Amino acid sequence: MKSADALRQYDWDDVSLTLYAKTQRDVQSALRHPAPGWQEFLALISPAAEASLPSMAEKANALTRQRFGHTVSMFVPLYLSNLCANECTYCGFTMSNKIRRVKLSPQQIKDEVRAIKTMGFDSLLLVTGEHETKAGMAYFNEVIPLIRPHFSHLAMEVQPLSTDDYRKLVKLGVDSVLVYQETYHRAHYGQYHLRGQKQDFDWRLETPDRLGEAGINKIGLGALLGLSDWRTDSALTAIHLYLLQKAYWKTRFSIAFPRIKPCAGDQFSPVSDITDKQLVQLICAYRICFPEVELSLSTRESATFRDSVVPLAINQLSAASQTQPGGYSEKSDALEQFSTEDTRSANDVAANLLAQGIEPVWTDWLQQFGR
Amino acid sequence: MLSIAEQSFSSRLLTGTGKFGHPDILKAALVASRTSMVTLALKRLNRQHQQDSTLQVLRTLPVTLLPNTSGAATANEAVYAAKLARELLGTPWVKLEIHPDQRFLLPDPVETLRAAEQLCEAGFHVLPYCHADPVLCKRLEEVGCAAVMPLGAPIGTNQGLQTRDFLQIIIEQSNVPVIVDAGIGRPSQACEAMEMGADAVLVNTAIATSSDPVATASAFAKAVEAGRESFLAGAPLAQRNASATSPFTQFLETLS
Repeated sequence: MKSADALRQYDWDDVSLTLYAKTQRDVQSALRHPAPGWQEFLALISPAAEASLPSMAEKANALTRQRFGHTVSMFVPLYLSNLCANECTYCGFTMSNKIRRVKLSPQQIKDEVRAIKTMGFDSLLLVTGEHETKAGMAYFNEVIPLIRPHFSHLAMEVQPLSTDDYRKLVKLGVDSVLVYQETYHRAHYGQYHLRGQKQDFDWRLETPDRLGEAGINKIGLGALLGLSDWRTDSALTAIHLYLLQKAYWKTRFSIAFPRIKPCAGDQFSPVSDITDKQLVQLICAYRICFPEVELSLSTRESATFRDSVVPLAINQLSAASQTQPGGYSEKSDALEQFSTEDTRSANDVAANLLAQGIEPVWTDWLQQFGR
Repeated sequence: MLSIAEQSFSSRLLTGTGKFGHPDILKAALVASRTSMVTLALKRLNRQHQQDSTLQVLRTLPVTLLPNTSGAATANEAVYAAKLARELLGTPWVKLEIHPDQRFLLPDPVETLRAAEQLCEAGFHVLPYCHADPVLCKRLEEVGCAAVMPLGAPIGTNQGLQTRDFLQIIIEQSNVPVIVDAGIGRPSQACEAMEMGADAVLVNTAIATSSDPVATASAFAKAVEAGRESFLAGAPLAQRNASATSPFTQFLETLS
């Protein structure tokens, strides 16, 4: 496990001390650095950098336009099931929540695909709760062939799997897998994840390595912002990313910035709130230090926030997302994973982008690439 | 006039279609560039491709389409993309791009040569994007490529002709047109490539991401023409010593 082994050498408290000790001088030199690395990233997400946010935003914007042009790629999630065999204290799908559990049948999937295609999407993200026996490889084997022919690009966000299973998914047509560590703080991680396979911190930490070894085209990383100190979690996400880029040079990477949202049975309060301004700072820091990495923003964020931040440094955007299984073809009473903020239609979001001089890109891949 | 695979092109400036914010800007910039060959990524082509907004723009202009295999990481993927392009767009032209490296998008020489060989055999007009490697360019020429497209710098970087010395060798040795692709950020850099004797240049990012794509496209058009004219006129070599504009050696002619 090339990157996970190296990552385990980083001590949370050391990283935290280093980053909170960064000064405005460090921030200035990070902004001038021709090829900023991890130390520069730490400076840019530190409290000292808050005063330099306008310069950071300008630099991030220039780098985004240079790499991605005046375009943003559009995708949408399809929730296949809300079955879950884990107990996670912050999630609406957690197993002790008394919500109706569903898993889409082949017919329901066809209806969802038809509804999604009508909205104009050609890039799809499949999502399930984490349930190895009921929504595991056997189910994926059955349903992916029903879905794959209708989309040019297919991503998945499901429970961590073995390298062999990932190889099988690649063959089935999966281009990208997103797996968020939630938090890199081992003790906090233990407190949030009370039952199920997800309790295994290391199995999850090693997942991107297994994906890299399986030869997947793209790996999505991130921390669930709010579970622990967001700066230290982001610093460790960033070093994870550097290590993975070195180990798997043919793989593309994407980063998402999920902030804890209210959910069913909600008794959770974040230990480390990240403000809107700080989230912009974090996004800009990623763009400056990783000009080639894809940065994604979901409908967890409000329309107003997305309209101002997307043109700055985002290059992947979801729209009109439903976070409950079956939500596109018929409004289901199965509860959603979390509530979305930006509820505009895909057309509205696209029209808004065009009006801001950014062309929404719906198709950007060929099905046979990576196979 | 530039001739590739026995077809003539009125312009020596090839352009691209990516990174523009709106189809109207794309169209205006292409017109201003006076380009006659335009590359487009097959992976971006809408499946109902008659509705594809980029394709709709290109169909209204007097340009040859040059589909590219961007996104392909292996020879097999690139060959697949090229064949799909021929089927969908009815063209034998292909810009062969294979870049497994995801950070700098540098071309894979081994896979590119393999794919070029297969595509040339299958009757394509192959224009391979490659490193400024003189030996590789000769190998690509030998397998039948219609031109070679060595890079000036990593794609999209606007760094200009970082590979200048090797481009010079490639231009000197090549029996097929040399099109400098990738890295050209300013009209002056395009002009320099043309003065060196390149047959054409391809510019996309510098035009598409400029604050005024139309004016920048027009500036590139003029720079490419000026560079070509200068090359044909025999642009003089740089030298260390001064050289008088009224040489005193004229008296030698009067001697018997």
